[in-house]
Amino acid sequence: MFFIFTQKNGKQRTFKRGSHPEHHKGRTEYLPIERMPFVEEYTLPLSQHIGAPSLPIVQKGQQVQRGEVIAKPGGFVSVSLHSPVTGMVTAVELSEHPNGQMLPAIKIKTDPYSTQCFGKAEPLSDQKRDKAHFISSVQSSGIVGMGGAAFPAHVKFFIPEGKHCQFLVINGCECEPFLTADHRVMVEQAPQLIEGIGILAEFLGAQKTYIGIEANKPDAIVILNELAVQKNISIEVVPLQVKYPQGAEKMLITAVLKQEVPSGKLPLDVETVVSNVGTVIALTNYFTKSEPLVERVVTVTGSGIKRPANLLVPIGTPIQEIINVCGGLNEGATRVLLGGPMMGVAQKNLGGPVLKGTSGILVLTDEEVQEMQLYKCIRCGRCLQACPIFLNPSHLGLLARKGLYDDMAQINLMDCMECACCSFVCPSGIPLVQSFRVAKAILREKEVKQ
Amino acid sequence: MMSSKNKIILSTAPFLRQGETTPWIMFQVVFSLIPVFLAAFYFFGLSVLLVTVTAIASCLLTEWFFDTNRPRGISLKDGSTLLTGMLFALTLPPGLPLWMVFLGGIAAIGMGKVIWGGLGQNIFNPALIGRAFLQAAFPIAITTWSSPTGNYFIPRGTNLAWPFMQGEALDTITTATPLALMKFQHQSTGILNLLLGNTGGSLGETSSIVIILAGIYLAAKKVINWQIPAAILLTVILFSGILYSFAPDRYPSPVFMVLSGGLLLGTVFMATDPVTSPITTRGCWVFGCGIGLLVVLIRVFGGLPEGVMYAILLMNAVTPLINRITREKIYGA
Repeated sequence: MFFIFTQKNGKQRTFKRGSHPEHHKGRTEYLPIERMPFVEEYTLPLSQHIGAPSLPIVQKGQQVQRGEVIAKPGGFVSVSLHSPVTGMVTAVELSEHPNGQMLPAIKIKTDPYSTQCFGKAEPLSDQKRDKAHFISSVQSSGIVGMGGAAFPAHVKFFIPEGKHCQFLVINGCECEPFLTADHRVMVEQAPQLIEGIGILAEFLGAQKTYIGIEANKPDAIVILNELAVQKNISIEVVPLQVKYPQGAEKMLITAVLKQEVPSGKLPLDVETVVSNVGTVIALTNYFTKSEPLVERVVTVTGSGIKRPANLLVPIGTPIQEIINVCGGLNEGATRVLLGGPMMGVAQKNLGGPVLKGTSGILVLTDEEVQEMQLYKCIRCGRCLQACPIFLNPSHLGLLARKGLYDDMAQINLMDCMECACCSFVCPSGIPLVQSFRVAKAILREKEVKQ
Repeated sequence: MMSSKNKIILSTAPFLRQGETTPWIMFQVVFSLIPVFLAAFYFFGLSVLLVTVTAIASCLLTEWFFDTNRPRGISLKDGSTLLTGMLFALTLPPGLPLWMVFLGGIAAIGMGKVIWGGLGQNIFNPALIGRAFLQAAFPIAITTWSSPTGNYFIPRGTNLAWPFMQGEALDTITTATPLALMKFQHQSTGILNLLLGNTGGSLGETSSIVIILAGIYLAAKKVINWQIPAAILLTVILFSGILYSFAPDRYPSPVFMVLSGGLLLGTVFMATDPVTSPITTRGCWVFGCGIGLLVVLIRVFGGLPEGVMYAILLMNAVTPLINRITREKIYGA
C-alpha cells in the first residue's frame, strides 16, 4: 500500500496520464560519448526528414569534402544534406531506407588518406545570423529535430506574420527507455548547449527559456543549473517527473507551462517553440564553427549488444559497422531497432544507415521480445488511463478491427500521436497503436485522393 | 549482414510491455476470493465446497461446450470462466440443491456470456445472470437460508436433493437473513455479527471484514478501480443516512445497510467487473452512484429484502449509454 504514496513527488511538474515503462538506462547513462571511427562507405538517403526529399547536386565519381553540400533542399519543408566524409560519390541510386522502403540515396566511399577535417573552419559571417538570413542559414545547415521526428528545424523556428514566440522550451526529457544520447550531450556539452540556447532565444525573441529534464538525470539538471547561474543567463531548468511520453512536444509544453496546445494546432499557437538539446547543439556548431549537421550522438544499447556505448556517429554509417565497433551481438539477439523501444523502427537487416533522426540503436534478445498472447478486450480502461491525449483507445481498437476508419476519425483518431502507451499497458496484448497507424495512413490517403 | 545464428524478428513498436496480462488480472481476483471461501466454509461447512465445485464445474463445462476454438478449451485459459463460477457460487444460499446450482451455472455462462460473443462482449455480469435465472426459476429454494451453525461435514439444507423431484420443501434448519429480518420483522442484527459473518445468507454475503480486505488488496494492485466501490458506498451511506435521520425507527441505519446482505460482495467483486462497468472515470462514478441509489430504493421501498443484484444488472444495462455521455474532452479540445 505505501508505495503508492511514496512514489509520487508532488514537487515535480508533469502532464496528465501517460505510462511508466522501466528506464533501462543504466547500461549507458554514465558512459562518456566516444567518437565512431570512419568506415569505408556511407549511405545518405535523400529523405532523412519529414517533408520533401533533398535534391542531389553531385554525380557519380565526384570528389566531395567532409561537410560539403551534396543535396539541396527540395522545398521549404526540406533541408540540405552534407557529406559526412571526404571521399568520392560512388552512386546516386535507390537504396534500402531504414523505414523499409527503397528510396534514393547518395553513396560515398571514404578517401582513406584524408585527414577528415572540415574544409574551411571560418565562422559564419554575422550577416547569416541576422533575422533575415537565420531561417535560410538553418535550412542550409541540414539541421532537423534530433529527438527522433526529424522535422526540419528551420520550419519550427520560422515565425509567420502575426505570431510571436514568448517561450522557448528546450527538450531534455529523453523519455524513451534505454536511450541516453541526450543525457550525455547535456552533461558533456553543457556550455555549447547554453550558447546555442542564447543564439536561438535571441532570434526568436523569446522572453523566457526553460529546459525540461526528467528527474532521472540529476547530474544534467545540476550541471545546467550551475552553468546558467555562472553565466548569468535567465534559463529555468525544470526537473520533470519521470513519465512517458514527456518528450512529446505537446506533453512537454503541458508539463513545463501547464498549458494545452489546441487540437490540430502548433506550439507556436501558444507562443512557444520547442527544441531538442541535440538540435540546439547542432545549431551552436553551425553558427560558431560553421560545421553543418554531419554527425550525431547515438546510444547503442540493449542486452543483445556486447559493449553498449554512446557514440558520436557520422550520419550514413551502416548499422553493422556500429555494432562491430560495439563488440558485436550477443547470443540470442533477435531484434534491432532504430530509436527507442516505444516508438523505434525494427530493422530487417543491418545494412541500413544511421539517419539524422536516429537517437539510438537498440538490440533486444529473445527473452525481452516475447510476443504477448492475444486476448479479447475486457474494457479494463487501462488504455484510457494511459492515453496522454485522453482518447478512448479501447473503442478505437474495436472500430479498427471492423475497418470503420471514418468512425475512428469522428472520435479524434487524428489527434493520436502514436506514443504507444495504449499498447504498452494493454493486458490483452491488443495491437492498438499498431492499428491506429494503419488507420491514420488510410485516412490520410483518402484525404489526398479527395 | 547478420551472423547466421541470429534470426531477426520484425514487428512494430512498442517493444516493451507492462507485463500485466488478462489472465493475471483474473487470477488476482480468484486469489483474493480464497479467504472469502474460507470464511464461508467456516460458517457453512461442507455445503460451501459442494456448491462451489458444482458452480465452477458447470461454468467451465458450458464454456468448453460452446468454445468455438478447435481444439476446444482455449477460451478457458484466461481464467475468466473460473472467476465467474466462483462469483456465481458466492451469490447462492449454501443449502441450494446442487442440480439447481448446475443449471444456474449453465445460464450464467450460456446466457450471460457466450451468447453475447464471449469474454469482453457481454453487457450483464454473467454471475448475476446465473443468480437472476435461479431467482426466477426457483424463487423459494433461492431464498431458503441455512443457519450458519451446524456440523461441518453434513451438507446444509437440501444440497443433495434429486433433480426436479425434491428440493423445494425438505425439512431443514433454516434462518432468515439480516435484511429479511429487517424488512419483515423490523429486527436489526448486531454489527459484530455482520462484520464477522455469523448470519444467515449467501456464501459470500456473510463475512464483511474479509471482503473489505480483499477489496483493498485489489484496489491497491489496481486490478479493480476504486471509484466504483467508493461511489456505491458513499451513495448508500448518504441516501440511507438521510432516511435514517428522518425516521430512525422505520429505516435501517447506514452501517447496517452497508454491512448486511450482498452489498459488499456486489460492490467489490461484481460492480467492478471491467467488462460490464463503464470505461471512463467519470462514468464509474455515475455507475456507482446509480447502483447505490437503486440498492437503497429496492431494499427500503421495494418488495424484496435485497436489491444488489438487480441494481447492478440495471446499471449494467445503461453502461454503454454512460460511456457515451461521459466521453472525455480530448487534449487541447
